[in-house]
Amino acid sequence: MEIWRLPISASQRGKLISAGYTSLSSLSSISSSDLARELKVSESEAMNILKVASHSRGSETSNASCSIVEVLDTFQWWAGAQSAWDMLHDEESLMHITTSSADLDNILGGGIHCKEVTEIGGVPGIGKTQLGIQVAVNVQIPNDFGGLGGKAIYIDTEGSFMVERAFQIAEACIEDMSEYNRFLRKDFQECKIKMLPQDILENIFYFRICSYTEQIALINYLDKFLSEHKDVKVIVVDSVTFHFRQDFDDMALRTRVLSGMALKLMNLAKRFSLAVVLLNQVTTKHTEASFQLALALGDSWSHTCTNRIVLYWNGNERYAYIDKSPSLRSASAAYSVTARGIRNSSSSCKRIKMM
Amino acid sequence: MANKLISEIPLPKSIANVFSARNVSTAKDALSLTEFELMELLDVGLTEVRSALSQISEIVAPPYQTALSLMEQRFQNEHLGGHFPTGLKGLDAALCGGIPFGVLTELVGPAGIGKTQFCLKLSLLASLPTNYGGLDGRVIYIDVESKFSSRRLLEIGLRSFPEIFQMKEMAQEMAGRILVLRPTSLAEFTQSLEQIKVSLLQNQVKMLVIDSMAALVSGEHEQGARRQQTLSWHISFIKSLAEFSRIPVVVTNQVRSRNHDDASRYCFQVQSRDGAIETPMQYDSHLVAALGIQWAHAVTTRLVLEAKSGERFIKVAKSPISPPLAFPFHITSSGISLLSDDGKEVMGPEINAIHYQGHNEIINFGMEGLH
Repeated sequence: MEIWRLPISASQRGKLISAGYTSLSSLSSISSSDLARELKVSESEAMNILKVASHSRGSETSNASCSIVEVLDTFQWWAGAQSAWDMLHDEESLMHITTSSADLDNILGGGIHCKEVTEIGGVPGIGKTQLGIQVAVNVQIPNDFGGLGGKAIYIDTEGSFMVERAFQIAEACIEDMSEYNRFLRKDFQECKIKMLPQDILENIFYFRICSYTEQIALINYLDKFLSEHKDVKVIVVDSVTFHFRQDFDDMALRTRVLSGMALKLMNLAKRFSLAVVLLNQVTTKHTEASFQLALALGDSWSHTCTNRIVLYWNGNERYAYIDKSPSLRSASAAYSVTARGIRNSSSSCKRIKMM
Repeated sequence: MANKLISEIPLPKSIANVFSARNVSTAKDALSLTEFELMELLDVGLTEVRSALSQISEIVAPPYQTALSLMEQRFQNEHLGGHFPTGLKGLDAALCGGIPFGVLTELVGPAGIGKTQFCLKLSLLASLPTNYGGLDGRVIYIDVESKFSSRRLLEIGLRSFPEIFQMKEMAQEMAGRILVLRPTSLAEFTQSLEQIKVSLLQNQVKMLVIDSMAALVSGEHEQGARRQQTLSWHISFIKSLAEFSRIPVVVTNQVRSRNHDDASRYCFQVQSRDGAIETPMQYDSHLVAALGIQWAHAVTTRLVLEAKSGERFIKVAKSPISPPLAFPFHITSSGISLLSDDGKEVMGPEINAIHYQGHNEIINFGMEGLH
């Protein structure tokens, strides 16, 4: 069918022909915005022309060819968009990694969330590395015991990862699992877990980073690494701050590089359904005529992570406080660092405090 | 790895040329820019930038190791799995063998408590052959405040290992393995660091002692942010030295009194005054470690030496493996020794507090010439 037969205005027809569209088939593969630009008409006009053209084509060939115009009527044309209802289903089936402290897991809504970036910061000696190692071990808890049965990536920027400690924590984790087994199943033959601490250590991929360039390069490379190792379910970075606190004269560059890195990590978390745990250091901040502690890397960085947990001393106890989370309430809970790893605090006073 | 030249990375010819034309010569330059900035600078599309970046990243990123192979490697190749026993049984047990290799161990305490004594003992131990519990190697001792006393060193040697030190040649051999440097300024120290790196690479040096870090930094006239930056550079360099040479590095630090400005709370803590158990730590008369919070984060193990009611204690204030224990110690002619190998567990942030009570009595207790 020819253009001159279309039920459109003469001027529109004239513009179509002078732009080179002489047959209907030439209009079948163009988008409305391109057409609008070529004909120098408004987009709604172009949309109209295409609609008309497709209807004519449809009536002639009786072929329900899906044109752009028809697609516009449904609500799912953006690639990657999801309705809130569909997302609810995803959120409910979200996986968690336990921290081995029930109180801490409670305020975290089950544990460290997968598909999200969680930042954990605190003063030196509060237990950040301990929590990092605990999470790297706990992600390997098999599905039968309510874990993810996955592997871990441990990115060490400061040299604080101690293998002997990881072995201790792995050993204690296996003992706890046997204990649980014994309690639940009461079947003495099946008590022995076949896992050994060495197996757990084998599933922790350890990277040692010596400069911020290596840090950025590694996070870029993780894309490829994770496609090859699909069973990795947690990435722990200990600590994300160290190399960014020195070497940077240009603070604006630092902010850009850090936010680029955070975005990539978030991307990795979502695409591969894993949890990202970033350990951060502490600095002093001058606010309202007094000095306070705050997590390092500045205000812009504080926006980039999804969840933020601050570990602090409260009297003689170690506490964790949910500073920022899209779905969890601000609450704090006590925990302790024992020879077996992170566990519930042993004090009897009220442990979970809602803010 | 960070300074890897782009020309050495196998990139497609076209993009490699663009990189060099725009003066982006090292991987560091390329990775410090965001994707968008690179697109603008090189005038190429996003897909090309992404593919170039992923190739550069793959080359620059360090290789991985499983934690298991790390453990096996350390236990096979290193002395006691990467620990240097101090000879103080209780402390060694707590630290899972001794002072860890490859990371910084800090000794912090008030003046005259015994930090230098401890350093002298450690240097001596490191020079001894392995069957005596030593590292059988050289020691570099950076003596900023001129506190190193060879006489005292030999006295310790004679009392602790008489079978070796009674023979003059052996004593000479051991003492000859300890190299003492006396930098008079931070700049001189920085220069000597480069030379230290070379001797570490040649594998002769088995331990580095810096006595004291605080004196080096405090001698400089710069204040505030610039001083922090200089310190940051040194922290980073010394850590990387320790890391690649896998030797124990012991650094001593001084103390200062607690400032009014010292922060101890977060903004969310200040608001919740009700119900929270908060000890008003800022009103205590104790001291804090010098060099700030960034330094406190950088050290892996912090040993606090303090004096409380006339007794001296060495506390493990920060350690990836040890619980917070305090051991009573005293200084004898054979160096430093623990009065009890069973450490007392210290609860809460008290482990970080540095006390200085009843200390003067100890100093005047007839031990002249000792620091």
